[in-house]
Amino acid sequence: MLLSVEKVNTFYGISHILFDISMQVAEGEVVCLLGRNGVGKTTVLKSIMGLAPARSGSILFMGSEIRGRRPFEIARLGIGFVPEDRIIFPDLTVKENLEMGVNRKIQGPWVLGRVFEAFPILEKRQSQMGGTLSGGEQQMLTIARTLMGNPRLLLLDEPSEGLSPLIVRELGSQIELLKNEGMPILLSEQNSGFTLKLSDRAYILEKGRIQWIGSVSELKEDPGIMKKYLGV
Amino acid sequence: MQVLNLAHASLYMLGAYLCFWVSSLLSQAAGSFWWSLFAAPLLVAVFGGILEAMLLRRIYDRDVLDQFLLTFALILIIGDLCKLAWGVEYHTVDTPWPLDGPVIFGGLVFPKYNLFLIGCGPLLYVCLWSLINKTRLGSVVRAVTYNRDMASALGVNVSWVYTGVFMLGCWLAGLGGALVAPMSAVMPGMDMVVLIDCFIIVVIGGLGSISGAFLGSIIFGLVTAFGILVAPRLAIAFGFILMIIVLIIRPWGLMGKPE
Repeated sequence: MLLSVEKVNTFYGISHILFDISMQVAEGEVVCLLGRNGVGKTTVLKSIMGLAPARSGSILFMGSEIRGRRPFEIARLGIGFVPEDRIIFPDLTVKENLEMGVNRKIQGPWVLGRVFEAFPILEKRQSQMGGTLSGGEQQMLTIARTLMGNPRLLLLDEPSEGLSPLIVRELGSQIELLKNEGMPILLSEQNSGFTLKLSDRAYILEKGRIQWIGSVSELKEDPGIMKKYLGV
Repeated sequence: MQVLNLAHASLYMLGAYLCFWVSSLLSQAAGSFWWSLFAAPLLVAVFGGILEAMLLRRIYDRDVLDQFLLTFALILIIGDLCKLAWGVEYHTVDTPWPLDGPVIFGGLVFPKYNLFLIGCGPLLYVCLWSLINKTRLGSVVRAVTYNRDMASALGVNVSWVYTGVFMLGCWLAGLGGALVAPMSAVMPGMDMVVLIDCFIIVVIGGLGSISGAFLGSIIFGLVTAFGILVAPRLAIAFGFILMIIVLIIRPWGLMGKPE
């Protein structure tokens, strides 16, 4: 198993956010984390990344325990995190933003030239300041920046949030490309249509607990589940 | 980096004392001042690195008032340590060869060392600006300043960056102190002389902006000099008046960014 989360509990101060979360991601698999707003999807990803350290439980990545390690160490091991609020560095040029993602510990196919091939718009804008990009371009940049580190696992937090349907479709095809190359992805979403097309398996989260686990085909066959947990 | 270090001027004073100390240790050797100009800022940087790792690092997440309190305490502690080590009397550092003596152009007599200092300012500014804006290290610093969590999620060891940048700042303060040693007395209280001026300059220029600090220092210098010329008894007020005017027109400083 590439990533194996066991009975993780996470708190913000004294408030208990995640309750005994367990989930797995295998090599080459795309897994989605579904749930309404505020159920703890972002916290799950941040706990894996070490940004919201889990208080108990275990998080194994490629066989080694990463719970309790600091975010930069986890990043260097090969987990790439794309946050939901598209945190690009506005005072850095597009190219400098991309260079921030480089992970010297891992060699891989994702170098500047390859990223520009996949995201041509970024090549055109490479010497512009990050802050001058549009929302969709910024989302491309955050993903591209993380790819520059050649991650062994990609965490995408609500990648389609706040983007126009047209851009979402473009983003979907980019993520599909990654999937076809075998990039393991764990993504959180509310917008299930976009996600279900890409994912192999799904976890449904409610109030900080995992309520349903299964394959995407099962989920598609049973509209009752979607209605119950996601209200769609 | 959102860190406000009131004790920066104390590190400047420490740089001056260390410059005096190293150059008197080496007084028999040739070029003793130049050696101490090299050594003193490095020692101050190391001292600053220890301060950051042991004290400042613990309060980044706290209220900014805690930073004031801690760094104000450091002013008192560093001030007294200097008195303990070097006494309360004043010390002097000889103007180093080959910058001793004046230059004369067009009938004006001007100390060479002052000309050298005037050159140092822009040179340091260009170096610092290029470091921050044109190097990989600089983009890491800018990224960390903007968002610590995102930078760390990209594999940046943020606490090292904080320590490193703080040490660089201390190195600059120490360099300032060492450079000023030959043209002023090295004595207790010399930190307070520059603290307020620096504060005014940084506020005028805009917090966090190197170009702003550079511009602010030139404007402040000119206004103060002008003040001394026209109304010597009010000269001290001109800096403050300048700061008030700037704050009314641009509360975030000349080159700063509105929040």
